[in-house]
Amino acid sequence: MTIKTDLKGLTRRQLLSRGAAAGAGFVIGTNFVSGQDAAWATEMNALKPDTMATLIQMARDIYPHDKVADEFYAAAVKGYDVPDAVDDTEAGIEMLNGVARGKGYGSYLDIGWERDRVDILRSIEDSAFFQKIRGGLVTGLYNQKAVWPIFGYEGESYSQGGYINRGFDDITWIG
Amino acid sequence: MAAPFDKTDDSVVVIIGTGAGGGVLANELAQKGVSVVSLEAGGRYLPEDYVNDEWESFGQLAWLDPRTTSGDWRVSRDFSGLPAWIVKAVGGTTTHWAGASLRFQDHEWKAKTNYGAVQGANLLDWPIDAAEMAPYYEKAETKLGVTRTGDRTGLPGNNNFKVFEAGAKKLGYNDVHTGRMAINSSEYDGRMACQQTGFCFQGCKWGAKWSSAYTDIPRGEATGNLEVRDRCHVLRIEHGADGRVNGVVYMDKDGVEHKQVARVVCVAGNSIESPRILLNSATAMYPDGMANSSGQVGRNYMRHLTGSVYGIFDKPVKMWRGTTMAGIMQDEVRHDPARGFVGGYELETLGLGLPFMAAFLDPGGWGREFTTALDSYENMAGMWIVGEDMPQETNRVTLNMDVKDQFGMPVANVHYSDHANDRAMRDHAFGRGQAIYDAMGATRTLPTPPYPSTHNLGTNRMSENPRDGVVNRNGRTHDIENLFVSDGSQFTTGAAENPTLTIVALAIRQADHIAAELGRGNL
Ligand SMILES: Cc1cc2nc3c(=O)[nH]c(=O)nc-3n(C[C@H](O)[C@H](O)[C@H](O)COP(=O)(O)OP(=O)(O)OC[C@H]3O[C@@H](n4cnc5c(N)ncnc54)[C@H](O)[C@@H]3O)c2cc1C
Ligand code: SF4
Repeated sequence: MTIKTDLKGLTRRQLLSRGAAAGAGFVIGTNFVSGQDAAWATEMNALKPDTMATLIQMARDIYPHDKVADEFYAAAVKGYDVPDAVDDTEAGIEMLNGVARGKGYGSYLDIGWERDRVDILRSIEDSAFFQKIRGGLVTGLYNQKAVWPIFGYEGESYSQGGYINRGFDDITWIG
Repeated sequence: MAAPFDKTDDSVVVIIGTGAGGGVLANELAQKGVSVVSLEAGGRYLPEDYVNDEWESFGQLAWLDPRTTSGDWRVSRDFSGLPAWIVKAVGGTTTHWAGASLRFQDHEWKAKTNYGAVQGANLLDWPIDAAEMAPYYEKAETKLGVTRTGDRTGLPGNNNFKVFEAGAKKLGYNDVHTGRMAINSSEYDGRMACQQTGFCFQGCKWGAKWSSAYTDIPRGEATGNLEVRDRCHVLRIEHGADGRVNGVVYMDKDGVEHKQVARVVCVAGNSIESPRILLNSATAMYPDGMANSSGQVGRNYMRHLTGSVYGIFDKPVKMWRGTTMAGIMQDEVRHDPARGFVGGYELETLGLGLPFMAAFLDPGGWGREFTTALDSYENMAGMWIVGEDMPQETNRVTLNMDVKDQFGMPVANVHYSDHANDRAMRDHAFGRGQAIYDAMGATRTLPTPPYPSTHNLGTNRMSENPRDGVVNRNGRTHDIENLFVSDGSQFTTGAAENPTLTIVALAIRQADHIAAELGRGNL
């Protein structure tokens, strides 16, 4: 999953000159989405950049971890940026935006508070689209080895000889 | 004649499946000089092949052929195509298992007598009892190298256990220890001691945990009397005009169909596939499926009560370090109807990695209630409930004629709904589990619903009377004298203990019986 592209070398100013800053902290270009700090960027193969940005925000709103950066959410949904998934994904995001417009917002991404976005997600949580995105995130997000250290999880241990000499019983706070 | 055997060799015993039941039976028979062909749907994986990665390992070892579900259990909603988490590989689910190895309590062999009539439950006494099983339990414990039995010492407790133990003791519980585990606390039987790697559910890369994959199977093969054909998926069992079974039809890894003729057939495909094979073997002579004159094939499906409790603390626990199941509390395992239910339950520590926690903590859950729990993953302790669930005739494995597998065979549908006794017991166990962590200062506790079934039992149950069950006291089907069931599907009732030690003890006992009968010319 390539999330970091050569766009990463750009400064924030250069990025902004090539795209429009969206409400939720993304830069949306003609063929890319990036973080406003240019720490990550993803070039679009099939989806509209707006759709990708909305999908990333939706992913964060479903499984919000304040310590987990956007690039991991971007990686978790990048799999939908393929020709086979385009129609369903564009339609799903259009449905999401439709609900947002019905509540008086310009789009899902325009909504400033997580609480208000989550209200919208709750209203569509039984839809096949929501369930597909949520279900995909369970492995798409949490099975990224790069996010494990953020949660303290240490992963594979065999190559290091297990924990027999590395703290399997090192708890200190039990009296 | 020595292995490999000819497909027309009608002197062989054919065993379907190489897990806890089938793998042990194959070796035990081979050691006694009986010719055995074992057919195993899965491939061969050894410690060097296992991976310390939850999903990758799941993809490597789990049974992923289609299955369907129904009933009011949450698994049917959350994991509709995955009723059970079991393995398709040489060694069966003993590659994934945690190693907890407990004997039944004496009274559990006679649940109907001791619990009395329970409305809606199809309780029955086992036709065998504790005294008869005792020597076989001892053989099984020696084979598996179970800690805290014989002269084998217990394993050291990991962080997860220390939280659990201290909390349980604060509540006044006494019977708390690091378990009786088929995991070496020191070198045993040519296998090394546990290195506290923490990936017991993914196959033990050190071989410290017993699995038939690298013990019984190769030992059986070394005798020259056992041939294991891996990636050979049995479709059905066939019989002759006399009604006796005469062989099995299977697909090899290249999709070529074969028939292996047999003197005796033993079914050990786990409690979902074993009844499915019998039902898929229906003929004009056996229109309701093989060995099913009682109508009990597939019925009385049990999965143990299960459920988990996770506790979050203000300080680290790192529950993933060390043995996955690191200890047990047995004070609640007694039968004491004063608690509002019959039977009892064990609490056993459990530590999942982050990927599996995300999948199993609250399946379908999302939003901050869910994610704030995972944010504290490092500070989490976990335990699992294993309690006796009630056999119910309506909880059953049937053929789903609308869904076919890769060979065109109808798949198993697994129907399960909790009995009122199950719910009462689970609520009690949730409460005690939460209290254990609260006693240690938990800032939050999470009573977590059952995962896809790891203990699958009862679908070809043992009964004294042929009317009540599928097999007799030796695991031989009541209907057909050379057809046996050799896995957890024989269980008359589930008891509160993790089942594998009992499956292994029954397999050792069955091997004695089959060898003796062959010797007498009765089979
Ligand atoms: C994660 C996990 C942890 C567990 N922990 C414990 C524990 O701590 N203690 C305990 O007692 N139990 C534990 N168990 C349960 C234990 O593993 C099972 O109870 C036991 O392995 C069941 O034995 P079995 O012989 O009935 O079936 P299995 O061991 O599942 O073997 C069945 C075999 O039959 C094969 N098969 C099925 N159908 C066919 C076919 N048509 N043709 C050919 N082959 C076929 C399968 O591929 C499989 O290899 C655990 C299980 C899991 C999943
Ligand atoms: S913790 Fe022990 S038994 Fe479990 S996988 Fe590691 S070495 Fe094997």
